[in-house]
Amino acid sequence: MQSATARAERGEGQPAAGRKFGGEILKVDGISLSFGGVKALSDVSFSIREHEIFAIIGPNGAGKSSMLNVINGFYHPQQGTVTYKGVTRRDVDPHDAARNGIARTFQNIALFKGMSTLDNVMTGRILKMRRGILWQALYWGPAQREEIEHRAFVERIIDFLEIQAIRKTPVGRLPYGLQKRVELARALAMEPDLLLLDEPMAGMNVEEKEDMCRFILDVNEQFGTTIALIEHDMGVVMDISDRVVVLDYGRKIADGTPDVVRGDKAVIDAYLGVAH
Amino acid sequence: MLYREAGQFKTSYEADQSIFPIMQDRWGIAAILAFAFLAMPFLASEYFFRAVMIPFLILALAAIGLNLLVGYCGQISLGTGAFMAVGAYAAYNFAIRVPELPHLVTLLLAGGVAAVVGLLFGIPSLRIKGLYLAAATLAAQFFIDWLFSRVKWFTNYTPSGSVAAPQLNIFGWVPDAPSEKYLLCLGFVTVFALVAKNLVRSRIGRSWMAIRDMDIAAEIIGIRPMHAKLSAFAISSFIVGVAGALWGFVHLGSWEPLAFSIDRSFSLLFMVILGGLGSILGCFLGAAFITLVPIFLNQVLPELGIKLDTATVSHLEFMIFGALIVVFLIAEPHGMARLWQVGKEKLRIWPFPH
Repeated sequence: MQSATARAERGEGQPAAGRKFGGEILKVDGISLSFGGVKALSDVSFSIREHEIFAIIGPNGAGKSSMLNVINGFYHPQQGTVTYKGVTRRDVDPHDAARNGIARTFQNIALFKGMSTLDNVMTGRILKMRRGILWQALYWGPAQREEIEHRAFVERIIDFLEIQAIRKTPVGRLPYGLQKRVELARALAMEPDLLLLDEPMAGMNVEEKEDMCRFILDVNEQFGTTIALIEHDMGVVMDISDRVVVLDYGRKIADGTPDVVRGDKAVIDAYLGVAH
Repeated sequence: MLYREAGQFKTSYEADQSIFPIMQDRWGIAAILAFAFLAMPFLASEYFFRAVMIPFLILALAAIGLNLLVGYCGQISLGTGAFMAVGAYAAYNFAIRVPELPHLVTLLLAGGVAAVVGLLFGIPSLRIKGLYLAAATLAAQFFIDWLFSRVKWFTNYTPSGSVAAPQLNIFGWVPDAPSEKYLLCLGFVTVFALVAKNLVRSRIGRSWMAIRDMDIAAEIIGIRPMHAKLSAFAISSFIVGVAGALWGFVHLGSWEPLAFSIDRSFSLLFMVILGGLGSILGCFLGAAFITLVPIFLNQVLPELGIKLDTATVSHLEFMIFGALIVVFLIAEPHGMARLWQVGKEKLRIWPFPH
């Protein structure tokens, strides 16, 4: 297992030894998105390689969440295309995105409040379940076997994220940090190829952040999942990500490895302001 | 024997996912079912069957249907009475126009017709939510009320507009005695309660609840809102339609369009809310409350020696009933099923405080 600190100790810079990336899994090209007169994104392009941890950062309102919403089809950009696994699309349909292996978590937790942790994670398996309504009504034979098969898979994720004790607890009763973890579990239950995490560590204390970092690194390493994350904690971003793209006012201002971005003048100006 | 789950270890997911994972619950439900099927037909009076048990069971069935839609899928509907009417009139028309069909098939076909109509009136739910959807389903109620009172074909051109259902014949069994009618309803309710419970603990039930709790997140994990909402409308209306057919054929025998007016829709919605949204048990509790309380008040007030004329009694009945609903909603907005749940959780650790 590789912890955030161990990686930091190895030094930043070029991809760490042993990190192997595949080809481009996702490429966004010239994305422009506006709501009425407000330009959320203008002409943003970048690409994410397979198996990497990719961070999108930027000040508030820079268009980071909008970018994720474009990638999984929730917003439709006025211009530009999204190429995922070699298929170029103008408008992504959220259902197709989910079917093709894009999962995500939300900035404000979007769990199903009335359901238990287990049921929440089980919803992540919905696309993988095949039995029709009549079988489900009988809950017998093949339908029951299917339920149990997916339950076993979900239990492995529950073990992985160490949330066994809250399996049957309604998620509404859980503390914030655990809710974030259940949301990650639900996304992982989809067996995603590309996992979009919208501020996975917002509002957490240091220990919870460390746990979450460890889970993100473990997911990346053990399942080979490509991860695109938005995060405000620069320590975390610089520590765990392989590449970083910086947005400001809807435009891309920098793109590269963490220490390249850290030294970039435009990024420093965007975060600290410039003298006029 | 204390109500305790300590020591009841589950060694398979199958056991952990069963409907009643706690042994005491399993014994309890087995006892209730055995009593209802085997003992009740010999114990209760004809009046009790006619006035209490049969309406209770049929309304519980309709409440199960409605709860799938409102409690599990979060789509509010004020058209339940109309969907019951569709079931009743569809069964009537199948029975008199295609008499060679076995009556069991007729009843299920009636459910199928109600499912189609429910699906059509569910289409607005794809664009509108909450109160606006309630208003749209109200339109279903008014339209269907109008349809059955004005289009004479549905009532087979009877001059008064009221229809008389033929005697049911379930593969040679003619349930005409009240206890037999009761058994027929009990059979339907048992089967549909089981089906409903199975649905809500399967994929489709989870997709309904996902849509109810957070429709955006549901869409992102690959649930199609259209499939989830329309399947909820169709399955809910199917069960409500079967309940409507039973209401017409078994409880009323002959009826006019007013039997399925908006009052019926509201009382079913009350049952579901009082009983507990998103709970199958709640449907039974709610139906029992709404059917039994008026009868209880009707019997109790004279018993207490309060001499009032019948008109005042019936007014008082309404007032007490209304007050009870309000008090209940304030005390436990999640319904009687939640009270039961809380009670069970307390019992688990009783008499120790922790």
